[in-house]
Amino acid sequence: MSLTLIDKIWNAHLIGTRADGRDLVYMDRLVLHELHAPHAFSRLAATGRTVRRPDLVFAALDHTVATQPGRDDTTNPAGTDFIRATREESRNRGISVFDLGQDWQGISHVVAPELGMVLPGATHAVPDSHACTVGGIGALGFGCGTTELEHVMATQVMALKRPKQMRISLEGSLSPGVSAKDVVLHVISRLGLSGGRGHMVEFAGPVARAMSVEARFTLCNMIIEMGARSGLVAPDEAVFAWLDGRRMMPTGEALELALRTWRTLASDPDARFDQDISIDCTNLAPQITWGTDPSQVIGVGDAVPDPGEAGQRALTYMGLQPGMTLEGLPVDRVFIGSCTNSRITDLREVAALVRGRKVADGVRAIVVPGSSAVKRQAEAEGLDAIFEAAGFAWHESGCSLCAGANGDEAGRGERVVATSNRNFENRQGPGARTHLASPAMAAAAALTGTITDVRRLLGGGS
Amino acid sequence: MQGFTTVTGTAAPLLLDDINTDQIAPGVYLRHFRPDYAALLFGLRRYKPDGSDDPGFVLNQPQYRQARILVTGANFGCGSSREQAVWAMTAFGIGCIVARGFADIYRENCLKNGLLPVVLGEAMPAFEALVTRIDGSAPFTVSLEERHILAPDGTRFDFAISDGERHALLHGLDDIGLTLELADTIAAWEAQISATAPWQQNIPGK
Ligand code: SF4
Repeated sequence: MSLTLIDKIWNAHLIGTRADGRDLVYMDRLVLHELHAPHAFSRLAATGRTVRRPDLVFAALDHTVATQPGRDDTTNPAGTDFIRATREESRNRGISVFDLGQDWQGISHVVAPELGMVLPGATHAVPDSHACTVGGIGALGFGCGTTELEHVMATQVMALKRPKQMRISLEGSLSPGVSAKDVVLHVISRLGLSGGRGHMVEFAGPVARAMSVEARFTLCNMIIEMGARSGLVAPDEAVFAWLDGRRMMPTGEALELALRTWRTLASDPDARFDQDISIDCTNLAPQITWGTDPSQVIGVGDAVPDPGEAGQRALTYMGLQPGMTLEGLPVDRVFIGSCTNSRITDLREVAALVRGRKVADGVRAIVVPGSSAVKRQAEAEGLDAIFEAAGFAWHESGCSLCAGANGDEAGRGERVVATSNRNFENRQGPGARTHLASPAMAAAAALTGTITDVRRLLGGGS
Repeated sequence: MQGFTTVTGTAAPLLLDDINTDQIAPGVYLRHFRPDYAALLFGLRRYKPDGSDDPGFVLNQPQYRQARILVTGANFGCGSSREQAVWAMTAFGIGCIVARGFADIYRENCLKNGLLPVVLGEAMPAFEALVTRIDGSAPFTVSLEERHILAPDGTRFDFAISDGERHALLHGLDDIGLTLELADTIAAWEAQISATAPWQQNIPGK
């Protein structure tokens, strides 16, 4: 029988079927984070249960950590209890912590693959909906809540109903100034917020294949925003080269064996998907959200649509009217970061645009690297100096303004261009107005002080 | 987890699609280590910026302050996987959510907390109309045992739920306990994988 890649990974991790009919799927790795771990730990303690495989579990500190230079546990006072409880309980239970000040602190979805901790064909659990990010190297990530987190800690498996499957073939090629973020925003606008519900997604087609591994993380990161639980891009030689030599990668014979297995990780040519969708990306313009969910997207030159009564609330919240264009709208803040777009390639792209230019007066712009390793790499390449010379603040790594949980937040009515993944009401601060876009578009907004088609800055500048 | 018993109470209509967990349990309230879950439910919709109740929000209307059933739109609970968005419901007193549809993770989180997620399918428009008409003046009753909702006028709305989910909810089954019945199978799988795919079970460089 022909199988999809997702079938193959699922079957390879299928332990059995529970009395209530759910599949028990083994989780090769689990990463906790401090916003949800303390609660799960205290429930484990209350029931006297242990962590089954602490050697396969890691704890990230990302959501609540301050990102100002020189930060510590108490810089964001609201995060202190979360950070300390997670650190202490993890240590007590033999779980490695990617701690503040250490080499591998950062956003879990950025850190796990860059360490080679999560691998192609693997399953990966995180109590965070963006677990799907690791689909960029061909792993299946599963987000979950706190109770399921406790379940995975105690059993190392998740109890799941097997989702349906969707293939999204990205056809054509991308124009200059257009990147994975634009592609995924466009896909979400086409499919809608619940278009992927009950499904897992395989991205295929020449555009996905041509993407760098980092770009594939960006693509897969936002799968959850169309309601799909998880998804991936089939791994290829680009992925294996990207992983080569990373700290937690297998070596020697184990690596040889792993590579032989990884090279078989693809859907069979005649595999059937419950939905098979093709999207042409040729002529795709840079995309940007106009509303308060990630499906409310337009090309940067397009007019804001009339969403009818149902969308009126979003327009009012964002301070917009149907028919207007976003280009030229003044912005107050620019945020470059989050598990969507905070990797070294994103920062290089931004640096290339802002080199020798200045952030517009009145705009507060920050760059928050996704991991401490990304930060070190950027500094080794001198990118931090380029950002600071242009007027960007250069931060330590963490989630920062993405969820506004660490003390970084925008004010009421402030317009923000952000490279993150959610533009929900109040997410980046009560009353904050967030427009999601690519790193290049965010850089263009910072430099001009208005929402701007980045293609205007390409070619002629610097 | 407590077993699910019948839910009887007023049904509050919040007939909007795509309500996300950032709205149900806003991040700004989750900064507290032990927040007041009942108070934070829909915090940025229920309260005005000055902290006073917004009388326009459905759960602030006198007839819905004790609502036990929430009636809502499609893709309810999309966005963040935060389980606080379920805890806030149960702390407020909601025992059943009837939606045009649920986001996958939110629905899972409901089941794990004894909060019954109901989808009525074709009968939903009629149910919504009835809920709006009754306007909190009389209680609805949700029976998981019978898989139906009884409206105050006697109309019955049947819903589907899998036997496994229904059984687990009715008996408040311990989810972890259910899995640990297969603990030996898990151990055997680990042993076999260690032999055939050692990189999966063994992490160097920690
Ligand atoms: S960067 Fe944002 S979306 Fe990503 S894990 Fe952090 S809070 Fe969640």
